[in-house]
Amino acid sequence: MKDVIVGESYVVGDHINTDAIIPGRYLGKLASVPVEMYPEILRKYAMEDLDPKYPPFLDKEKRCPYKIIVAGRNFGCGSSREHAQIALKGAGIEVVVAPSFARIFYRNCINGAWFPPTESEEDLSKQIATGDELKIIISERKIVNVTKGEEHSSKPFDLLAKNILDAGGLTQYNLRRI
Amino acid sequence: MEMTITEKTLARGAGRKYVKPGEFVDVDIDILGMNDVTSTGAIKLLRKYFNNQIAEDLNIVVTPDHYDHRDIDSAELYKELMGFCEEHRDHKKMWVYPLGENYGICHVMLPQEGHVRPGDIIVGGDSHTCTYGALGAFSTGIGTTEVGNVLATGKLWFKVPESLKIIIKGENPENIMAKDIFLHVVGNIGVDGALYQAMEWEGRPINELNIDEKLTLTNLDIEAGAKSGIIQPDEKVFEYLEGRLKLPLDDSRLVYSDPNAKYASVLEYDISDLPPLVAKPYLPSNVVPASELENVRIDQAFIGSCTGAKAYDLEVAAEILKGNKKARHVRLIVSPATQKIYKEVMQNKLGKIFLDAGAVIWPPGCGACLGAYMGVLASGEVCISSTNRNFRGRMGHRESKVFLASPMTVAASAVKGYIRGAEL
Ligand code: SF4
Repeated sequence: MKDVIVGESYVVGDHINTDAIIPGRYLGKLASVPVEMYPEILRKYAMEDLDPKYPPFLDKEKRCPYKIIVAGRNFGCGSSREHAQIALKGAGIEVVVAPSFARIFYRNCINGAWFPPTESEEDLSKQIATGDELKIIISERKIVNVTKGEEHSSKPFDLLAKNILDAGGLTQYNLRRI
Repeated sequence: MEMTITEKTLARGAGRKYVKPGEFVDVDIDILGMNDVTSTGAIKLLRKYFNNQIAEDLNIVVTPDHYDHRDIDSAELYKELMGFCEEHRDHKKMWVYPLGENYGICHVMLPQEGHVRPGDIIVGGDSHTCTYGALGAFSTGIGTTEVGNVLATGKLWFKVPESLKIIIKGENPENIMAKDIFLHVVGNIGVDGALYQAMEWEGRPINELNIDEKLTLTNLDIEAGAKSGIIQPDEKVFEYLEGRLKLPLDDSRLVYSDPNAKYASVLEYDISDLPPLVAKPYLPSNVVPASELENVRIDQAFIGSCTGAKAYDLEVAAEILKGNKKARHVRLIVSPATQKIYKEVMQNKLGKIFLDAGAVIWPPGCGACLGAYMGVLASGEVCISSTNRNFRGRMGHRESKVFLASPMTVAASAVKGYIRGAEL
């Protein structure tokens, strides 16, 4: 897992749910497709049903200019579909920062090692704006807002979560244990 | 040390005497639920990394309920899952419910077919797996990577959740259902009010609920962010299990919360004066009395899903629709949760009541609930629904609106054409 992530942020509020991240109508897309292709297939639908009050997550060519999502509370609530992590990862998201995550979403991030679900000490969704350049240093628990010259901190990962992330996900972690 | 039922169950699964909230445990999984939509990646993972070997002692229940041949992609998902089951037909502990005479939505199928025992640890590739707490099991939803790893190892890690006790008091009003009780609570604590906690329900009105209603109550707990939901099993549960169970009851697994067990908090609600409630778009916690929404005109009334189309749900809905017709502008859709319930409906008077009321009766499946097929909403359309989620785009176009309510309220609204709580 990358320790330092630098990029533009995309900021959303509380309770962003998996139906917004990847609508149910696209869940059939992964049949008869090799796993390696999943992100490429789902990225085009990422955040399609998000509240239209937010700026578009994808541009006209279905490209996402952001690497970091900064969210309010309970990010990823709703379904257990790992399609959500895959869609965001496919779009180019390397880390999501939120004061709290819905638990299944959190576990899926860790167990699939899609990206670190980074819990911020405070709710940063009001302090960081979409487009701000951020530098996130996971090991130092730092969230640096390069654009605004501000620094925030994140909570440490539980040891097991960290070990699974470092192993590259639950599959790799289990393979090493067997 | 005093423990809750959830802590005791996880301790048993981890082979330990005692666990406390916040600890990490590796537990043996008793039952894994697999559906068509979230299994495809897990199947590929098992093949690629684990030699396609399933953990020997794992019980698996397969219900391809989510997409049901709505298009080529979903037909492929179904085919892949059934092919996987065929490949592993020597795995003695696998029960498969393909499209046919015993088909249906996972969270109604597992209890109905006797796969849920008190004290079991059940995981499944669907967030509403928390349903099985109604029968005293610890159960929770997991993702595809986890499904694949449970298939391979039969185990999964958990961080032991704190428990949140919800005590319901008073008398159950006649025109409310378990759905209303939950909406009342989630309206109060919010969609993350029980984040990563086990919701433990108790109180006389809860004990008085029938099994279908209890299943509704725990099904919905994920909508408050809960890890799991649980009701301590009572005599009614054991009566329900009698003659139904696929695996024998294991008395050593029967556990109950100790009187001095620790809870993150204890919340009390008196429901004696509770009116029928409705959750407005776009969160299940946007709860108001149905009476405040009487000018909301509906295009569709949906009685379906794992939450709102069990036998009892359909009986009460029929009670209201009896001798009535749906409003002319409304599409009234009834989709019984399982084929057994469907058969009952078609063979007894319920079917006639629904048809006479102008309903279409659709086969079992998730369909409209997740905006996949049948009953999908167009832009600007309004649906009152007995399902469990009303997020933007959940049942169709992102500019459609879903109002969540009990099957009773959905039926009453279908007749009026506008949102209405049932008047009995
Ligand atoms: S009916 Fe709806 S909530 Fe229930 S399992 Fe199916 S999609 Fe999920």
